[in-house]
Amino acid sequence: MADSLDQIFVTLNHALTGLAPEAWRPLVSAVISIAGIIGVFASLFAVTTVLERKGLGRIQNRYGPNRVGPFGFLQPAADGIKALIKEDVVPRAADKVVHFLAPLMVVIPAFLVYAVLPVGRNMVLVDYDAGALFFFAVGAATELSVFMAGWSSRNKYSLLGAMRAIAQMISYEIPLILSAVTVFMVAGTLSTTKIVDAQGGYNAWGLAHWFVFTPWGFAGFVLFMIAATAETNRSPFDLPEGESEIIAGYYIEYSGFKFALFFLGEYMGLFAISGLGITLFLGGWHAPFAFLDSVPSWIWFFTKLLAIIAVFIWIRGTLPRLRMDQLMNFAWKFMLPMALINIITAAVWHFMQPGLQRWLVGAALVLGPYVLLGRGLMEGKKLEKRTYRYAE
Amino acid sequence: MNIIFAIIAAVTIAAGVAAMSLRNLVHCALAVAVAFAGLAAAYLQLGAQFVGFTQVLVYVGAVAILIVFAILLTRGAEPPQQSVLSSGWLTGIFVAVVVLGVLVYAIAKSSVLQSPVPPQPEVTVHQIGEALMNKFVLPLEVVGLLLTAALIGAVIIAMKEEGKK
Amino acid sequence: MSPLAGYLILSAFLFAIGLAGALTRRNAIIVLIGIELMLNAANLNFIAFWRFSEHPEALTGILFVIFSIGVAAAEAAVGLALIIAIYRHYKTTNVDEMNSLKG
Repeated sequence: MADSLDQIFVTLNHALTGLAPEAWRPLVSAVISIAGIIGVFASLFAVTTVLERKGLGRIQNRYGPNRVGPFGFLQPAADGIKALIKEDVVPRAADKVVHFLAPLMVVIPAFLVYAVLPVGRNMVLVDYDAGALFFFAVGAATELSVFMAGWSSRNKYSLLGAMRAIAQMISYEIPLILSAVTVFMVAGTLSTTKIVDAQGGYNAWGLAHWFVFTPWGFAGFVLFMIAATAETNRSPFDLPEGESEIIAGYYIEYSGFKFALFFLGEYMGLFAISGLGITLFLGGWHAPFAFLDSVPSWIWFFTKLLAIIAVFIWIRGTLPRLRMDQLMNFAWKFMLPMALINIITAAVWHFMQPGLQRWLVGAALVLGPYVLLGRGLMEGKKLEKRTYRYAE
Repeated sequence: MNIIFAIIAAVTIAAGVAAMSLRNLVHCALAVAVAFAGLAAAYLQLGAQFVGFTQVLVYVGAVAILIVFAILLTRGAEPPQQSVLSSGWLTGIFVAVVVLGVLVYAIAKSSVLQSPVPPQPEVTVHQIGEALMNKFVLPLEVVGLLLTAALIGAVIIAMKEEGKK
Repeated sequence: MSPLAGYLILSAFLFAIGLAGALTRRNAIIVLIGIELMLNAANLNFIAFWRFSEHPEALTGILFVIFSIGVAAAEAAVGLALIIAIYRHYKTTNVDEMNSLKG
């Protein structure tokens, strides 16, 4: 019973594909899976927008949207209708073709990367041998579309926002990929399904063999999530699109549906990179404890995804925005050395015998550089108690 | 799969021609990014998955952005007043046509085209990794050194000179 | 026409287009784009020959292209840094005007 619930979507796919003629079966199966992925993640996007606004509202001691529907949960419908019926304003001096193509080029890679994420047992769209490399490659294609959006608007601030966004994205791409390299080293493969399989099984206390439960995995997960926050331009790294800084950054001149497409692309990228983080570090669709193994695999994946989204919303409401130079210093001077040392830690962990000694060495190799780098980079900066001066 | 190859070839050549002939420099940069993507599709069609994804990651994700940054830093975004062609462009076109003729002649006359088409090779990333670490470890280390030197060199060359005004 | 011939002719065309652009355009950055296009055409040649060769398990074509992509990216970075430094000095990117070594 639990097994059939686990594979319910796979059997549904097979049943629907069986209705089609023989020659069209692969195409119909792929189309059904794609429709499922787009449907699920687009509705998750709609739910996340309202959850984020309500969550941020509660953190800031106010209600979020609560007019449309019960507790405001039909707000995405209202937002969607507003975006669709708004007039599409294109500046006269704008580069028409590039201005039109930029939102498409943001959304298409954002949806394309879902092809290699395993959302459940046997539930991956394409099982590439170099699946994770496909993810990073298609994610890197988003940067050019950010430039297209910023430059085609012929607006100084738009271009400035685009340049900042690109500089931020390429700076944080390196710690992102390096922290994922530790997982590839230990699992021995770039295929996402095999990485999830390598995290299966439970040890003597019933705890799963997720990579996050090791010193290098924990450090790698933290680095990966920080870099993911920066890659998707989420607060506290949202200087390129901060509303109080540069209005809307590189999508100032976009209105109506094109703006909605940028918004959609940003959230889709967020879900995708969280999904990759879950696949690499949090064991994909595996349960954390052995006795919870009967719960279906796709429920675990989406539970972990919702937990990560909740943490992202929490961080957004709590931490102040980073300045551009602080952001770049953080990426190049702190995260890059930590990611490189993490690779060494993972290698040392892999070749030592399992036991307490391995844990002590791993913890020392992670905590030592963290403390030393942190203290070392604070030389010359005086951090005192904050003094508030009010207008009297 | 001939139709797929025809589409890839048409897109890549059109993007290449556009990259070399457009007036607006930023449009040239975007067109060459499309050409890189078309080539990545060609690599995937030939069964070299790792190289195809690496091509997108390095060329579209880094080199195209580098080109765009350089265009913006050298005020290339304004439309050019004079002709886009340098002096002696006619000789250049002539040389390119001669080179194309020689290459196509060499391809048409070669005997390698008569050999039978072998089946699609199955390459895993594991094999590429083993080859990199066993047979090709020396080029790997040299490329690492080269990339470090290029990184430091590019930063030093492009840095603003202090106190030399 | 065999598939190998198709890929080789595509590569020859891309090489010629890159060469034509590198020899005719006035802006130094477009010359560099042409050079990148030529390098990519050569990479396509390598992969095409690897695919249709008798011993594809030697992986020589694939590894050569991996190194070539790395070296080309490094060369593009240094070339563009040079162009930026020259622009700072001459205030132009016109290749016809960068001729102060001429006698």
